[in-house]
Amino acid sequence: MWIRSTLVYRTSFAAAVLTNFLVTALDFVVIWMMFSQATSLGGYSFAETAFLYGTASVSFGITALLLGSVDDLGLRVRDGSLDAFLVRPAPVLVQVAADRFGLRRLGRFLQGALVLGWSLTRLDLDWTLVKLLLLPVMLLSGAAIFGAVYVAGAAFQFWAQDAAEAQSAFTFGGLTLLQYPPTVFARDFVIGVTFVVPLAFVNWLPALYVLGRPYPIGLPWWLAFTPPLVAAGSCVLAGLAWRAGVRSYRSTGS
Amino acid sequence: MGSCRVYAAVAAGGFRRYATYRSATAAGVFTNTVFGFIVAYTYLALWDERPGLGGYDQAQALTYVWIGQALAQALSMFNAGFAVDMVARIRNGDIAVDLYRPVDLQLWYLAGDLGRAAFQLFSRGLVPLTVGALAFPLALPGDPVVWLEFLGAVVLAVVVSFAIRYVLALSAFWLLDGSGVLQFGGLVGMFFTGLLLPLNAMPGALGDIARVLPWASLLQMPADILLGARSGAAEVLMAYAFQAGWAVVLLAAGRLLQSSATRKVVLQGG
Repeated sequence: MWIRSTLVYRTSFAAAVLTNFLVTALDFVVIWMMFSQATSLGGYSFAETAFLYGTASVSFGITALLLGSVDDLGLRVRDGSLDAFLVRPAPVLVQVAADRFGLRRLGRFLQGALVLGWSLTRLDLDWTLVKLLLLPVMLLSGAAIFGAVYVAGAAFQFWAQDAAEAQSAFTFGGLTLLQYPPTVFARDFVIGVTFVVPLAFVNWLPALYVLGRPYPIGLPWWLAFTPPLVAAGSCVLAGLAWRAGVRSYRSTGS
Repeated sequence: MGSCRVYAAVAAGGFRRYATYRSATAAGVFTNTVFGFIVAYTYLALWDERPGLGGYDQAQALTYVWIGQALAQALSMFNAGFAVDMVARIRNGDIAVDLYRPVDLQLWYLAGDLGRAAFQLFSRGLVPLTVGALAFPLALPGDPVVWLEFLGAVVLAVVVSFAIRYVLALSAFWLLDGSGVLQFGGLVGMFFTGLLLPLNAMPGALGDIARVLPWASLLQMPADILLGARSGAAEVLMAYAFQAGWAVVLLAAGRLLQSSATRKVVLQGG
């Protein structure tokens, strides 16, 4: 229904997708400007960085498209509109995600795909079948890991209702982080996003295998193939957090 | 004299309104701090490759990052603030009530926005800057005079930021829905403010243009004063004049648009 109602106003929809495309392209413009001033960042070339940017953005684009509305959970708890979802015979999470479904968020996905495609034409890689197969696996597992972060963040909003912004630190912050080479960041930082919040499995670990680069904190190479497992584990944990959140929910009563 | 008291009360209201949301403020501080770390590392990598880029050394570039995160909310770099309210009131016709009030509409909103900015400068500004100073070698000045000069530039920056958003919001009188304009304005502003990359470090003609647009008043001017890139009375006054010039032009444009809007446009729902 949200898709159909959006598509009724075609010009408005096109403008919204374009705006979304441009807003998200700003990050890439910054990276482009940095490379107009320097030939490498953290030892990575522009094409390699664009590959990291593209993989992170496509994964995040899929997640934002499917779960972008989950950010509003705190608002729903505050104004009591969540109550209506609880009495309907469908999973609350699906309803929250589907309500106000923003098809305009297609812009980010398209922009990421464009950069990823461009980087693939510029990279000089020894493509093997394994690397080729790893690419779609990485994008989908990455989307699932970002999805788990989104849902865990939303679950947190059951307790801290007006703290939606803290979620951006992990979602948008995580995205920004993964758009740059891991060698740019301090060792402790890289350890944190590998083992505490497993964002590194979204793209860094598999992408570095594709690029033929070592991981800066010396991990075994086969970890590049674990993103689906990490994604499954993160989704289970996020699901548990969500359930705990729904259970503790008390209506505003107004 | 009496009207001054009204605006002071409005400003105090703006301050209190935002002070109410404590966990939102804490969440915002956390997010600005995380982003500060991420951007700081990317700048370190860039300035490793290009020492002295844009006339900043590495410590100055890092300081720029944390000043940006500290000022982001006070200068409304991510959200249009009052302008969202105002666009909604234009859309549903409530603005007619505002126009009948015996106060000046532009000054009313400006007072409220200054109050909000004052709260966000101290609540959301100090913590990220302190964390940044503890985690990285920053080039913060020891001279209190420089800090006062910096605060002066921040106040002017808030006024310019307000004036830009006021003009954007008024477009709703003609377009009926101003949210697209606000979004586009935010997009352009975010880029030309220099939050993502200092305007000094932007390449070629793009950088030249960015440095004379009104958004240069927001972050670049206060940052340059604090970093000592503009020091001494003459250079600080030049920076103030640049900001004040844009403030006057944009506030005047807002007045002009407002009077032609109220004369020509039929209010909805009236």
